[in-house]
Amino acid sequence: MNLNFDSQQLAFRDELRAFLRDHLPADIRTRMRDGDHSHIREDISDWQKILHRQGWGAPAWPKEFGGPGWSKPQQYIFDVECALADAPEQLAFGLKMVGPVIMRYGNAEQQQRFLPRIVAADDWWCQGYSEPGSGSDLASLRTRAERAGNDYIVNGQKVWNTLGQFANWIFCLVRTGNGGKPQQGISFLLIDMRTPGVKVQPTRLLDGGFEVNEIWFENVRVPMGNLIGEENRGWTYAKFLLGHERSNVAGIGAIKRELLRLKQIAARTQGETASLLHDPIFATRIAQVEIELRALEIISLRAMFEAERNSAPGPEASILKTRGTEIRQRISELQIDALGEAALTIAPRIDDDTPRAMLDYLNLRKLSIFGGSNEIQRNIIAQRILGL
Amino acid sequence: MDFSYTDEQQMLLDTARRFVGERYPFEYRQRVRDSAEGWSRETWLRLADLGLLALNVPESEGGLGAGPIETMLVCNALGEGLLLEPYVGSAVVATSVIAELGSPHQRQRWLPHLASGEVVALLAHDEPDSGDDFARVQTRARREGEHWRLDGRKSQVYHAPAANLLLVSARTEDDVLAVFAVPTNVPGVHLAAQKTVDDQCAANVHLDGAQVEADARLGADAQGALRNALDAGLAALCADAFGAMDKAFATTVDYCRSRTQFGAPIGTFQSLQHRMADMLMRLEEARAMSYLATSACGNPDLAERRAALAAAKALMGQCARHIGQQAIQLHGGMGMTDELAISHYFKRLIAFEFRNGSTDQHLRDYRKQLRAA
Repeated sequence: MNLNFDSQQLAFRDELRAFLRDHLPADIRTRMRDGDHSHIREDISDWQKILHRQGWGAPAWPKEFGGPGWSKPQQYIFDVECALADAPEQLAFGLKMVGPVIMRYGNAEQQQRFLPRIVAADDWWCQGYSEPGSGSDLASLRTRAERAGNDYIVNGQKVWNTLGQFANWIFCLVRTGNGGKPQQGISFLLIDMRTPGVKVQPTRLLDGGFEVNEIWFENVRVPMGNLIGEENRGWTYAKFLLGHERSNVAGIGAIKRELLRLKQIAARTQGETASLLHDPIFATRIAQVEIELRALEIISLRAMFEAERNSAPGPEASILKTRGTEIRQRISELQIDALGEAALTIAPRIDDDTPRAMLDYLNLRKLSIFGGSNEIQRNIIAQRILGL
Repeated sequence: MDFSYTDEQQMLLDTARRFVGERYPFEYRQRVRDSAEGWSRETWLRLADLGLLALNVPESEGGLGAGPIETMLVCNALGEGLLLEPYVGSAVVATSVIAELGSPHQRQRWLPHLASGEVVALLAHDEPDSGDDFARVQTRARREGEHWRLDGRKSQVYHAPAANLLLVSARTEDDVLAVFAVPTNVPGVHLAAQKTVDDQCAANVHLDGAQVEADARLGADAQGALRNALDAGLAALCADAFGAMDKAFATTVDYCRSRTQFGAPIGTFQSLQHRMADMLMRLEEARAMSYLATSACGNPDLAERRAALAAAKALMGQCARHIGQQAIQLHGGMGMTDELAISHYFKRLIAFEFRNGSTDQHLRDYRKQLRAA
């Protein structure tokens, strides 16, 4: 057993660091660092194009579909280094969600049509899963797709479409059959957002931002060629997707970056007798969360190691999602605690961390809610790992 | 020992609650929040009509001369309604400062106007370097002939953009802590407006040679009166936060009763039931500490009073964080939206944690007075 990366992996890390230093545009880096989302569409898209030119547009994809053919440890190192460098997070909806589904279950025509455009940032994908009455209980979804000649006619409403206001494609779970278990009548459909009858309405969130949308479908005509795999088998594909969404689900890089920022805030904030970084009470809290992060990183690496041997990620992803989000939220709390009363000001901007820390604190409440709430994750742990 | 309210106190609570229910529903608050001023003068005048702005004005100035319990009850109701208007700042703290320090002439000059809602007054006391010591004031007051000249900086004065009168604490040349009534339109007073997480307006106040008349100084040594007013304000803020916690909790339980997933109300799931049971325990702790803060207000033993208030604020801050976070979590994605009131309760409670001394500061204050026996 050896917990350390080998010399080749370390050399790869150094290569990435040099690349990020030279190729991540300073203005994008600054905006990401400050939590400035005013140019988020361009920032994500431009960064994706830069990575694509380097051949790194789809870090987790196999070479035949345009990936760099990296091992899982290499992908992990890439995720961590990008996060530490304040690079925009690559859009998961194409790269980690619909892309792998198309590779595995799509036909050759769909693969040729969609996959290259994901890597090149020519298409912007979003996800149409949750509905107003179907959140944790996703299988109860009611958006319908009915056959009409060679098309489906889609009617319904989706919610929590992250960054869907910039998307031109959406992958949806839709109901095509009734009877049996609710999971059985669901299909996986790709919908061009420019089709008549698609309406997008951004949702204002508690931090004042607009990162999710409601999407309505009113008699939207979708060619049958946009169906993935077989009709009524969509739930199987969705479960496969969930496994891919959860590779590096713990978000170690972002947690490390935020821990570093917490220490920086603490170091420049005066406590009772010394800076908060040396304040016995506050520094103990930082120590606690840093220790928890060390454990999570090893759990994460081990899960990755197992996944490379067994291909599909298992229910262990629920442990990583739960602990990763808990630790990230804890660090966010400590950031505002360190700032104290100054954290209350959310405008105008005072420094690198005010108001970013507070707006993050508000926004990051989502972590324990989305992607399968932490309650659902605990159900999965109890049922699928423990068999209870 | 008696935990009941008098009939008059109960009526006061009912009045304030009725006002919030009828005149300050969430949709109205959203409109006020989105308005240019961010608060409603109309609401302020209604509070005056109900006599609520006169609550802490002495009877000699035509007020109700009520006490901390009445203030607590009104603030409970206003916290339930997430009022954006500067009730604690103007009708409790500033009113108390003037009532305690002012000469009969000064009291007569200001208090009836505070009670009628014409004047919004706010204490500008905290400074960028005040730290834990409330008496550490670096703003200077210099006598120049018939005037006082004020120079200094006051930080994050909640609601300051709404005020037409600031009560500025400053040290005189003989190093006495004094308070001056400074109209905001005096030259040399500059407000740098801020927006706070709970959708309130605040401002850093810069005093650059602001000149006020000799009669603007309220009383002589203001330290004791300032302490009393800040303590009354802290207890009122605790009561406001309790009102917000109470409502956030009730709203969450209602939501869990009505939201259905997997064919059942989510409130029937045991893991969520335990979550709500924990919230209720924190809510009862918060209520207890709000009572403690209120009853400490009149305590002449300063050390005992400070310890009680520090205990109350520290624990209530923790309760506020727990209840706020759980309320969002139990609402799921809907809890993240601006459209539902629950996210606004959450933000009110975050602000409470940090206002008038953070949880950590109050824990530290309490720790400093621990004795072995």
